[in-house]
Amino acid sequence: MAEPSTLLSPAPRSEAPREPPAAAAGRSSLGDTLRALELDTRLVGMIGALAIIWIGFDVLTGGAFLTPRNLWNLSVQAASVGVMATGMVLVIVTRNIDLSVGSILGFTGMMVGVLQSRFLPELWGFDHPLTWVVAVAAGIAVGGAVGALQGAIIAYLGVSSFIVTLGGLLVWRGAAWWVTTGQTVAPMDGLFKRLGGGFEGAIGAGPSWLIGVAAIVLAVAALLLTRRRRAGFGFPVRPVWAEAVVILLVAAAIVGSVLVVNAYPLPLPVVRRMVEAQGLSTDGPLPLIAHGFAIPVLIALAVGVAVTFLASRTRFGRYVFAIGGNPEAAELSGINTRRVLVMVFGLMGALCGLSACIATARLNAATNANGTLDELYVIAAAIIGGTSLAGGVGTIHGAMLGALVMQSLQSGMVLLGVDAPMQNIVVGIVLVAAVYIDTLYRKGVK
Amino acid sequence: MTEVSPTGAVPLVEMRDVSIAFGGIKAVDGVSIDLHAGEVVGLLGHNGAGKSTLIKILSGAYAADHGEIRVNGEPVHIASPRDAKRCGIETIYQTLALADNVDAAANIFLGREKLTAWGTLDDHAMEAEARAVMGRLNPHFRRFKEPVKALSGGQRQSVAIARAIHFDARVLIMDEPTAALGPAETRQVGELVKQLKQEGIGIFLISHDIHDVFDLADRIHVMKNGKLVGTAKVSEVTQDEVLGMIILGKCPPGAIPGPGAMT
Repeated sequence: MAEPSTLLSPAPRSEAPREPPAAAAGRSSLGDTLRALELDTRLVGMIGALAIIWIGFDVLTGGAFLTPRNLWNLSVQAASVGVMATGMVLVIVTRNIDLSVGSILGFTGMMVGVLQSRFLPELWGFDHPLTWVVAVAAGIAVGGAVGALQGAIIAYLGVSSFIVTLGGLLVWRGAAWWVTTGQTVAPMDGLFKRLGGGFEGAIGAGPSWLIGVAAIVLAVAALLLTRRRRAGFGFPVRPVWAEAVVILLVAAAIVGSVLVVNAYPLPLPVVRRMVEAQGLSTDGPLPLIAHGFAIPVLIALAVGVAVTFLASRTRFGRYVFAIGGNPEAAELSGINTRRVLVMVFGLMGALCGLSACIATARLNAATNANGTLDELYVIAAAIIGGTSLAGGVGTIHGAMLGALVMQSLQSGMVLLGVDAPMQNIVVGIVLVAAVYIDTLYRKGVK
Repeated sequence: MTEVSPTGAVPLVEMRDVSIAFGGIKAVDGVSIDLHAGEVVGLLGHNGAGKSTLIKILSGAYAADHGEIRVNGEPVHIASPRDAKRCGIETIYQTLALADNVDAAANIFLGREKLTAWGTLDDHAMEAEARAVMGRLNPHFRRFKEPVKALSGGQRQSVAIARAIHFDARVLIMDEPTAALGPAETRQVGELVKQLKQEGIGIFLISHDIHDVFDLADRIHVMKNGKLVGTAKVSEVTQDEVLGMIILGKCPPGAIPGPGAMT
């Protein structure tokens, strides 16, 4: 080790972008504060944009947007696209694209539907407790196999991902039709249905608090552990007040979301049935029972955390970004770039399989048109979330926020009574505008 | 320790009768070169003479169609960059071959990441080692948290060099190491070459700058049109004679002619 005093002293700020003195003086205290917090300015910007969209719609709809009910539904509707967007980030980071995700969702959705409503009941009868487990595992496995197959063609046969997945878009949509020659499969298994949300798919107030507290504990532990490791190596760490502010922000966000989902009560007929089922009288005033977190949203959040971990803390993730930054350099470093590509597309397919479960459960039916046009929403979510089509750049949380932005726009316009063609026009314009603003931001950062 | 003995001691690296063709054109045609421990060997030739291609065979980027590579006298099979690194052969490419979107430590450890007990990336340990090795090469370097595309040419070069020397290289291939550098940084690279040579590392130096090569190299190999023109100790030939080898393929009396020499 070299002399710590020279190597590890705090970096001189001479490399910071030079600003005119007047502007620097006016902004320095705010700038210093933000720098000490080490927050991702891009993330802050996206959250700001989302806040503007939400408040804007709330004002326009006279307070109908920012209600627990609307936010709860919004998050459930964004879950399926959000899950796939996490995988799409990795695909686009490696300078590839996957146009087949909607069709893979349709195909695996049909497989999952047929499996649980035809094959498994023949094996062990209806409403077996393992049916949903087998169905989900099969969906993920089939999706993963389809994705890995496409990835192998891209990586080992050298056909461009645009073409392979454009072919896949047609192939898997056709295959979805062939599974039942176009017949819709319904209804789904009782337990499986919970994956789609709805009142059966909500976990209730108590478990929501439990998850909220667990999330806070884990987040704080992760922050403090990182701090201790960095301090152990003598690296600069955030000031204590900044660390406290970050912890408070994280905790406030988690508590806030628990409060929102717990403020959305189950509909009265449902509560009446639940009370009756317990053999109690329904004459008096019925109790208020909260929804709590929706299972599909929890799945999406778990996927987000898992893929973030994969992208930032494992060799696989490091290689994905290195390939995106400079494919030749990755190859020369001894990375098996082809294998990594197959794994990326395999993961993308597996996530489509999981999304297929969510979407099929939400519809309570497997249809061969399920997921049509999802590829465009998924790609748009990743791009709005800051993933660069040039490769090498992108974040998982950005893509999930992107999915939320897209869904917010759609829900808001539905509440406003905007007709469907106009909705598409607005979403299209927002996509282009978001990428333009992002381009300006990146130029500003350089 | 710089005593060169082409016939005596076993060379650190030997490439024998190596050929490679791309679409019918022989980019490297029956070339044999060698390198001893603690020796700097310059590889000279025009653009398109085949020197970069030859070196990419040694670093595992290309697989030769024909020929043999020996390390310490033992034949080795180099089919990928990973194989080359296993033999202790490290390369600093002309393009630097850095992943621009990740930071210095990630580049230095690319493909050889340090892992924690749980199998996750140990970024802190990698940053600590990166700070140590960069401190040796470029003591003023501080920008460990930024992607390398934000760095200056000299800083990027330092990262590429750090990656090559951090893993106990025995053979170092430097492809045009000073092409993108200013005079002060070029001098720094020269100092580094001398220091590594002292440590017993063998260095292949590919350069179009004949002065650089005469300053640093013990011997030179000259290539033209994919063939070896000849080999010489720098002490036994003049710069003009070497230019004649590069341009005309004419072998002076002080050099050992190869298959590509003008007859």
